[in-house]
Amino acid sequence: MKYAEEFRDPKAAKALLAKIAETCDAIGATKEKPVYIMEICGGHTHAIFRYGLDKLTHPGVEFIHGPGCPVCVLPMARVDECVEIAERRDVIFTTFGDAMRVPGQKKSLMQAKADGADIRMVYSPLDALELARRNPDREVVFFGLGFETTTPSTALSIQQASREGLTNFTVFCNHITVPPPIKALLDDPYMMLDGFVGPGHVSMVIGTHPYDFIAEDYGKPIVVAGFEPLDLLQSVLMVLTQIKEGRAEVENQYSRVVPEHGNPVSVAAIEDVYEMRPSFEWRGLGEIDKSGLRIREKYRAYDAEEKFGIGYAAGERSVQEPEGCECGAVMTGRMKPTQCPQFGKGCTPEMPLGALMVSSEGACAAYYQYGGARAAEPAE
Amino acid sequence: MCLGIPGQIVEITDESRMMALADVSGVKREVSVAPVLTGSIEELIGKWALIHVGFAMAIIDEEEAAATLEALHDLGEAQEALEAMAEGDKALAQGTEERA
Ligand code: SF4
Repeated sequence: MKYAEEFRDPKAAKALLAKIAETCDAIGATKEKPVYIMEICGGHTHAIFRYGLDKLTHPGVEFIHGPGCPVCVLPMARVDECVEIAERRDVIFTTFGDAMRVPGQKKSLMQAKADGADIRMVYSPLDALELARRNPDREVVFFGLGFETTTPSTALSIQQASREGLTNFTVFCNHITVPPPIKALLDDPYMMLDGFVGPGHVSMVIGTHPYDFIAEDYGKPIVVAGFEPLDLLQSVLMVLTQIKEGRAEVENQYSRVVPEHGNPVSVAAIEDVYEMRPSFEWRGLGEIDKSGLRIREKYRAYDAEEKFGIGYAAGERSVQEPEGCECGAVMTGRMKPTQCPQFGKGCTPEMPLGALMVSSEGACAAYYQYGGARAAEPAE
Repeated sequence: MCLGIPGQIVEITDESRMMALADVSGVKREVSVAPVLTGSIEELIGKWALIHVGFAMAIIDEEEAAATLEALHDLGEAQEALEAMAEGDKALAQGTEERA
């Protein structure tokens, strides 16, 4: 497979690749001393592997795969809590399909469903809302999961439930926000990052300003990018150009979709419904200050944690990651997925041990899916 | 779940709830247009939007919609989104009795 030929516009791809190489040479980036660029978003990780961008770009560019796959950073304890809620006889537990196979300490939601729990995969929290309307004698719980791209959907659904006065709909809120883990990574003395490719669809909601601190306080360039391969290449070039010119700015490569200030309706809904938790736990990264959202007091009736006495509302929880899992090291860029002893052995996409193997946006699953084929057939 | 998928808004279904029918790769799905509602809801008919988990999050032009769809198909994400919609319909159709 010749990857550059797969692009919608191979000529444009080749031109960008040539410019990337030129810029790498100009700043002296080599395979031995590469420029480390983190793509934050799991969708970008998937696209990089799908198109082999890590192999096509100059060896002076090294991609570090960031924490932007919500399924991958979901701690086991939270999966256990989902199972606990779902196994109540009065509950219809609704979730995005992505979360079904994330392993918990005892079981995944998939296994809980097989064991008889009423767990339903939905496309949207609006489906959960509709289920609540149709089943007034059941408790319908929606598993609110994801970054700023999905947060408005649950916020708007809770507002709608409140307008209708529904009493059998709650959200188990596990929404997280993108900027805090980036700050945590930048504060990590072992992290060697030179620049970032930022998640376009997150910025579609929150705009580009939440990343100002990356440029202003840490002096690193960040380019908000679309997820098409050409978008990614162009964004990498923009990061390299900033480095070459000694600039550190927030640039917007995806301005055809991302307005500078995001989507005002969504931002207002998030603000109305949610507030920051003092801290929140991320798989592989630990507790991060002000990185997760909870439902505000005024919408308490829609908070599954309050209704079922589960989750952070219940107080202390302890988590142990499975034996031999190196998800934490992979997530912080200290280890490549293939260096994990479980990779492809005790841990495969069919039988994931760690969360990075669950979703196609996880670094381990992406390596597993695309790594082999590319190693055998080097890019032109 | 994070990427969203382009759809064309074809019909307003419930103005008070800000709901509309979108055509997503030939599949009709009711979505909320609340995030992109700036003027009258009727003005949205015929427009393309990026739809995330049932919410129209950004208005895009037709060319952008086509390019995005192509990339999503390449990544297998378009198929995933359509399957998720079908799962959602199944979840709604499912009765509540079987758990007695
Ligand atoms: S291979 Fe599996 S266990 Fe190892 S880091 Fe990746 S997801 Fe975690």
